[in-house]
Amino acid sequence: MTSVEPGGSEVNDTDAGYVDGNALAGPLSEVFAVDVTTATSRCANCGCTGPLARLRVYKHAPGLVARCQQCGSVMLRATRTRDAVWLDMSGAVSLAIPVGET
Amino acid sequence: MAFISRGFHGRRPSAGTKLPPGQYETTGFPVLSAGPTPRIRKDDWQLSVTTETGKRHVWDWAGLMALPADSPTVDLHCVTKWSKFGTQWQGVSLDVLLADVETSAEHVLVTSYGGYTTNVPLADLVDGKAWIAYGYEGGDLAPEHGGPARLLVPHLYLWKSAKWVSGIELRQSDVPGFWETAGYHNYGDPWREQRYQGD
Repeated sequence: MTSVEPGGSEVNDTDAGYVDGNALAGPLSEVFAVDVTTATSRCANCGCTGPLARLRVYKHAPGLVARCQQCGSVMLRATRTRDAVWLDMSGAVSLAIPVGET
Repeated sequence: MAFISRGFHGRRPSAGTKLPPGQYETTGFPVLSAGPTPRIRKDDWQLSVTTETGKRHVWDWAGLMALPADSPTVDLHCVTKWSKFGTQWQGVSLDVLLADVETSAEHVLVTSYGGYTTNVPLADLVDGKAWIAYGYEGGDLAPEHGGPARLLVPHLYLWKSAKWVSGIELRQSDVPGFWETAGYHNYGDPWREQRYQGD
């Protein structure tokens, strides 16, 4: 099914307990000036690349856990404490974020 | 959008004495998970206890079933703010599992099938405070709740009660686990509302 997250992103729900990476858009907009779901990431475990929007996001948890769509490794975690957003991207080698040409 | 899944079907309790600060009672049993649910056959299941010297003690499913079991009834408190009262479990006390394990370690890193980890002081796993639980409400523990077996440490927030437990590593030094490295409290006492680092 498709639902719309607060913030306007369309999120595709699956029966497997996760949603697609568009679920990251709203929470990460609190700390990023751009929509990072369009960024291209590289998995530190299997090396595959793709947009963050394709990651598998487990959100029925104490934080958001985004896993590689290919190998299932944790690529990104985001948690919201009382006064901070914690972002762990140790499972991603890089993130290419589209910006305007210089 | 809130980062935290707040649980489901929550309501304020009529009597709050059993409720730690900031919690609400639920009668459901919400499933929280950081990844796909591992499906571990009992024939393939193993639990290891590894000491700080590297000595490894291993139980298979038959070995676990051969140990004396407890039937604790406990309240559960999830850091996402739901609490569930009077849950009935069946499992083996950590006191039984650790009875013949020689150690001077003070710290434990608990590992799970699927890669989850959490850290707990050894003192919080002994003296009748923790179990390897394989039964829930009279039946087998369902995979989505951590079956075939999970750690049960009910006096701490539920993220410490690792689902699909596979290993108990006794350590000289403390190593933070999955949520403890992502902003959550290192100890997680619900009665002191130790949700996040700094609480």
